[in-house]
Amino acid sequence: MNLLLEIGAEEIPDWMLAGALEYLGNATRDLLKQHQLGQSSIQTDATARRLVVRAEGILARQQDSEERVWGPAKSAPPAAVVGFAKKQGVEADQLEVLSDGKAEKYSYLRKVPGRDSSAILAEALPQLILKTPFPKTMYWTGKGGIRFIRPIRWIVALLDDEVIPFEIAGVASGNESSGHRKLGKARFPVTYENFADKLRDNYVLLSATERRKRIRAVSTKYRCDNSLLDTLVNLTEWPTPITGSFDPEYLTLPKEVLITVMRVHQKYFSVDGPDGNLAPTFVAVTNTDGDPDGLIRHGNERVLRARFNDARFFWDADQKKKLSERVKDLANVTFQAKLGTYLQKTERMEELVLTLLEHLAHPGQPITEKELNAAKGRYAFGPDDPAFYAIRAARLSKADLTTELVKEFTELQGVVGGLYARAQGEPEEVAAAIYDHYKPVSMEDSIPGTQSGSLVSLADKLDTLRGCFKVGLIPTGSKDPFALRRSAQGIVKILVEGKLRLPIQSLLLGDSQLEEFVADRVRYYFREVRGFAYDEVNAVIASGWDDLVSVNERLEAVRDVRPSADFEPLAASFKRIGNILKQAQFEGLADALKPELLEAGPEAELYREFERVRGELAALDYPGALTAIASLRPKVDLFFDKVLVNAPDPAVRRNRLTLLHRMLAEFSTIADFSEIVVGSGTQPSAPGTTN
Amino acid sequence: MTPSFQEIVLRLKKYWSDRGCIIQEPFDIEVGAGTMCPETFLRVLGPKPYRTAYVQPSRRPADGRYGDNPNRLYKHMQLQVILKPTPADVIEQYMGSLEAIGIDLRKHDIKLEEDNWESPTLGAWGVGWQVMLDGLEITQFTYFQQCGGIDLELVPAEITYGLERLTAFLQGVDSVYDITWTEGVKYRDVRYTDELQYSVYNFEVANVPVLWKLFDIHESEARRMIDLYPQSTEKARFPLLAAYDHVLKCSNLFNTLDARGAISVTERVGVIGRVRKLAVGVAEAWLDQSNITGTQGGAGGSACLISEEPAQ
Repeated sequence: MNLLLEIGAEEIPDWMLAGALEYLGNATRDLLKQHQLGQSSIQTDATARRLVVRAEGILARQQDSEERVWGPAKSAPPAAVVGFAKKQGVEADQLEVLSDGKAEKYSYLRKVPGRDSSAILAEALPQLILKTPFPKTMYWTGKGGIRFIRPIRWIVALLDDEVIPFEIAGVASGNESSGHRKLGKARFPVTYENFADKLRDNYVLLSATERRKRIRAVSTKYRCDNSLLDTLVNLTEWPTPITGSFDPEYLTLPKEVLITVMRVHQKYFSVDGPDGNLAPTFVAVTNTDGDPDGLIRHGNERVLRARFNDARFFWDADQKKKLSERVKDLANVTFQAKLGTYLQKTERMEELVLTLLEHLAHPGQPITEKELNAAKGRYAFGPDDPAFYAIRAARLSKADLTTELVKEFTELQGVVGGLYARAQGEPEEVAAAIYDHYKPVSMEDSIPGTQSGSLVSLADKLDTLRGCFKVGLIPTGSKDPFALRRSAQGIVKILVEGKLRLPIQSLLLGDSQLEEFVADRVRYYFREVRGFAYDEVNAVIASGWDDLVSVNERLEAVRDVRPSADFEPLAASFKRIGNILKQAQFEGLADALKPELLEAGPEAELYREFERVRGELAALDYPGALTAIASLRPKVDLFFDKVLVNAPDPAVRRNRLTLLHRMLAEFSTIADFSEIVVGSGTQPSAPGTTN
Repeated sequence: MTPSFQEIVLRLKKYWSDRGCIIQEPFDIEVGAGTMCPETFLRVLGPKPYRTAYVQPSRRPADGRYGDNPNRLYKHMQLQVILKPTPADVIEQYMGSLEAIGIDLRKHDIKLEEDNWESPTLGAWGVGWQVMLDGLEITQFTYFQQCGGIDLELVPAEITYGLERLTAFLQGVDSVYDITWTEGVKYRDVRYTDELQYSVYNFEVANVPVLWKLFDIHESEARRMIDLYPQSTEKARFPLLAAYDHVLKCSNLFNTLDARGAISVTERVGVIGRVRKLAVGVAEAWLDQSNITGTQGGAGGSACLISEEPAQ
């Protein structure tokens, strides 16, 4: 049999449809399975006003089944046996005496008749529907009433031609669906077979694919924007795109502003002209069958004109006060209650940029407060110092939060600041750095285009992370209101892809929770974004991750050298060395190696090789060093083969442990080889093969 | 012929009057939105059905633009409709109201886009949509869930029409000031002076220490009454409505001080909290009082009741 379930609701937010359908499909499958109603193929569809599940191949009723019920022991008094039989609705002589594996007992094989699918579904569907997980639900029948995303107004529930009877919030299930609000009939009967066609007759395209196709059918070549397309597919039941235009004089406004107004505020696609620049045209998607009189186009053009006028009004008004004059007004804008104002944040960011610049100027050295103060003096300065740009950009970076344009279009913060800086005659590098300093906003987004932009972005994100962790605003589970994960991820991406050798760990001020949080993002970035094997990532990070540029280089080296024949066996030997040292509880730090105690043969040879390789390392890059280390393998193997580490003479034993310890310490600066999972390989294994 | 501004107001009032709404007149204390009027804020509390519609001039000091901006006003007009409880065909009824003012929805594009509403000062929130007509937001539609921090017994639908926008749309004008208010009279003729003078006052002239003093006075009077209520021996006739007037005064003074740039960051959250505390205090007392009197606020009586099937 075939199941048709349609939950008719008032307009469901477009971004929630996918999640609801995923749940409904799975829940229906589980329900059918749980009640043994057959293997069914399930299809789910949705528009803003309906969630639909269709399932084919459902059994009319469950199979009859048998269930063995166990009663009293064989030795029980007759009254107990009669009682048990009575409870099962049979005579005592219909019982059997069987062993349940432990003892002989009376038992009865009960026949369980299968129930009708319709009855099972009528019982189960209301709960199934009401358990649909939505991010924010409401009640509408009164306090304590059922909750759903929006009021449910009709329900179609059919098993073949029969209504599955149930009720939710006073709405009884039936066979009547509802069409497009304005173009279709309010109520009409449907069957499983004609459902989609009947909807189509009433101006509802049930299939998202078909709605998408209708939207894409417009002849105007608009700028592809899949997330906007998804939104519009889910907002409409009968989408019809229309093309409108605006006065080209608005093109003097920055394209960022124009596109944001069209895309975010009006849900229009913007259009590129033949020259690749923005054209004075847009595509709006209506929930209608067309616009023969041009009324809808006219209305949308009018709204867009008003929006653009607003933007121009804000732009002009904002120019009356320069960004540099707005910085002090940031004292009136809260960053976070416990972390003060944006003016305070700005001041912290300036200092952080200075610190970062000092680190870049003196790699590998700690920076004292004295040096930082001296640097402050040095940079009190002019545009001839390249460091000036980054600090100037940090100073001005948040000033656009006080502008009308950003208050209206918050998603343009940073971008507006950059545009204003340019318009107000700030150096191009300063403008570009402000423009970019929220980048990257996602893993797919690029990092800022200039080093100054990267430094301001790093300072901004570091300050947010440090501050939030300090006052206990630490993300838990899915809750991350300050988008700290994104901040930390952005820092990792900028450092690695911008090749900035900055000591990330020391910049986290020794906050161990924050370090662990960032380390997680580092691992995530190298594994998921860059595709390194997890054991390689663990091995390299175990050797230190203060310099992420070096982490990246070491990872690439490990990946390149790993397929060589000597590498994995050597990694296994290093793991063994680690275990030996651990078992011996060998610290060995103060011990000097005594060459005279080395036994001639494998041990002395290993030492010679070790010294040779050690001498070479300084001049080698990471892949070269790894190859050199891997070349030790035959000597290491021979050593373990022929030499007993636990020598009877304590002095010899200690000397051997010292040798191993030094090797391990010397060769673990690139990666901790004991983290390498031997045999897992670097290539994903082919399907069906096992290692 | 395209209806004038006042014709649109009259038709909408008639439409909702025909659907069982009491047509109220604007509330006579400054408010930022029709929601804040006692007709909404207090009436949505409690178990008693209620339907009302009224125009509410709504003042938002920070939105003033000296009459220069074609789309932004210090004071705009809302038509506020409360249907408590919400009828099942509420959206159809709402769409009918648009037809009643001459919009043929078969020729236009109407969409309901998610937009939830929350007012921290009122301890109120709800879920709903902004109604988009040919790309223009013309109405805010909200199912109230909580008011004054109290879960509502009956869920009302609140329909708030932006009258200037709606009229500008119907009349096809680009500036609200070009709206025809009634034949031969433009919106500019009626309202420009208010916009200019209140912008000057709110942004330039308002005396900050005096506004703060007024805020403190109204707050203390509201506070005093809220504190008196629990001890009152005559709760049924206790003037909670008068207490609420002072809360609204505080709210508007806060908005004016904010527009004047007189509220620092550190103060801001605190001041919102002070107003909220008062609003919640009145809401709780009001609910208690209506349980005692059995009618909301003692007055209203049977006039508040609506029949199950309102006349169409």
